Amino acid sequence: MGGQKIKVIITKVGLDGHDRGAKVVASLLKEAGMEVVYLGMYQSVEGIVKAAIDEDADVIGVSYLSGEHLVYTPKIVEEMKKNGMDDVLFIAGGSFPPEDIPAMKAMGIDEVFRGGSLTTDIVDYLRRNVPVEND
Amino acid sequence: MAKKRIENIGEAVERMLAGDRRSAARLITAVEDQAENSTEIMKLVYPHSGNSTVIGLTGSGGSGKSSLIDLLIRKFRVQGRRVGVVAVDPSSPFSGGALLGDRIRFQSHSIDDGVYIRSMGSRNCLGGLARATNDVVRIMEAMGQDIVIVETLGTGQDEIDIIHLARTCILVLTPGMGDDIQAMKAGIMEIADIIVLNKADLDSAESCLRSLEATVHYGLGDGDKWVPRVIPTVAMAPTQSELRGIDELVETIEDHTNYLHESATLDQARAGRVEQELALVFKDEVEKSIFKGLKGTGKKRAYIRAILDGKTNPYEVVEEVLRAFLKVEYDQTFSQACSFHEPEYHTLSP
Repeated sequence: MGGQKIKVIITKVGLDGHDRGAKVVASLLKEAGMEVVYLGMYQSVEGIVKAAIDEDADVIGVSYLSGEHLVYTPKIVEEMKKNGMDDVLFIAGGSFPPEDIPAMKAMGIDEVFRGGSLTTDIVDYLRRNVPVEND
Repeated sequence: MAKKRIENIGEAVERMLAGDRRSAARLITAVEDQAENSTEIMKLVYPHSGNSTVIGLTGSGGSGKSSLIDLLIRKFRVQGRRVGVVAVDPSSPFSGGALLGDRIRFQSHSIDDGVYIRSMGSRNCLGGLARATNDVVRIMEAMGQDIVIVETLGTGQDEIDIIHLARTCILVLTPGMGDDIQAMKAGIMEIADIIVLNKADLDSAESCLRSLEATVHYGLGDGDKWVPRVIPTVAMAPTQSELRGIDELVETIEDHTNYLHESATLDQARAGRVEQELALVFKDEVEKSIFKGLKGTGKKRAYIRAILDGKTNPYEVVEEVLRAFLKVEYDQTFSQACSFHEPEYHTLSP
């Protein structure tokens, strides 16, 4: 009867108030059969990581649209490390210069999906990296 | 990176009891997934649970349940009590996915260690939701949350089952949801201990409030019995000072708790919860073991075919399968031997 689901936190961090993309991604992950905990806007780094702990999430997905990706990425990675969450994926999407991606990866983010990514790219990536069992 | 597993259940439960949130979170996932080890987990958790105040909130989507809970958490935290919240949202019947959005309303508690919030998809499993929810409530009780609030959409029998597990049931309504005949219909109205009329600042609130109060008082009062109270609230407003009814709601919850403690009903309420839990776990385990036994045998498909061909019917099939699995004569003697219906639970001490 039982079965596992991929559980994803979708959120925005800081003062960035553009949530359209985050909502679109949240809906499409739901359509793909995942459980999405939508935190909404203006979240703190500590609040996001605590939500991921309490929800036993497999993935933290952050949407960046206001140029704060190089500021918050290391902070989230650090907070995750502090809580021993090396088994939780951290991904980001949104609008940021492609030349910043190597820096973000070096900071410890697992994957990024810029505007224009295919929805299937995100879903396939998550299915590949979070295998679940179902009976 | 694979889905996390609990290596050692005993250790995980110990750590959860000591307040480790990650262990609690994984135990909750296991019971939510109805994993193989979930029954073993609950056997260890059960003795440490059962002493918290469990409050159930139900009502249609958009009636303001989450906003009310946010305000309730604030009041309970001021009183120094630890709070757990289980927020159930619907899963898609097509994809199985879910958008769990209740946490948006709980942002002001996002870094408070005294608050543990867990979102759950309803997952469309055969009656398993009420059991899974109850198990999650028990884990939160065991981890030391003094108050556990369960939030569900009040849409079906499953939800009524869930809310029934709570010691205090709150139904959240809003003005403009139908005439007084709607309110008089049987169902969730009848199990509510407290009825909240939220968005009481809307125009039609006055008449709605009057008809709700009238409906509640139509009930034949029998002396000491709790009469459901109707409380108008405003859970969302531009300023704090425009919020209404929250103190009264907290007081009424206290009143109801005191009522249960003072009368013999606390024992009854506890016994009722256990009785319902027994039924839930029974149904679930019997169903699970039967489907597990049928799995891979092709029998299920054969039964469906036979029913479609008019050779048999679901009633005969179930009888046949039960007879095989229980390995007892499926007649009166079995139910008598187990005496499920003896109402002896009422004498159980807490």
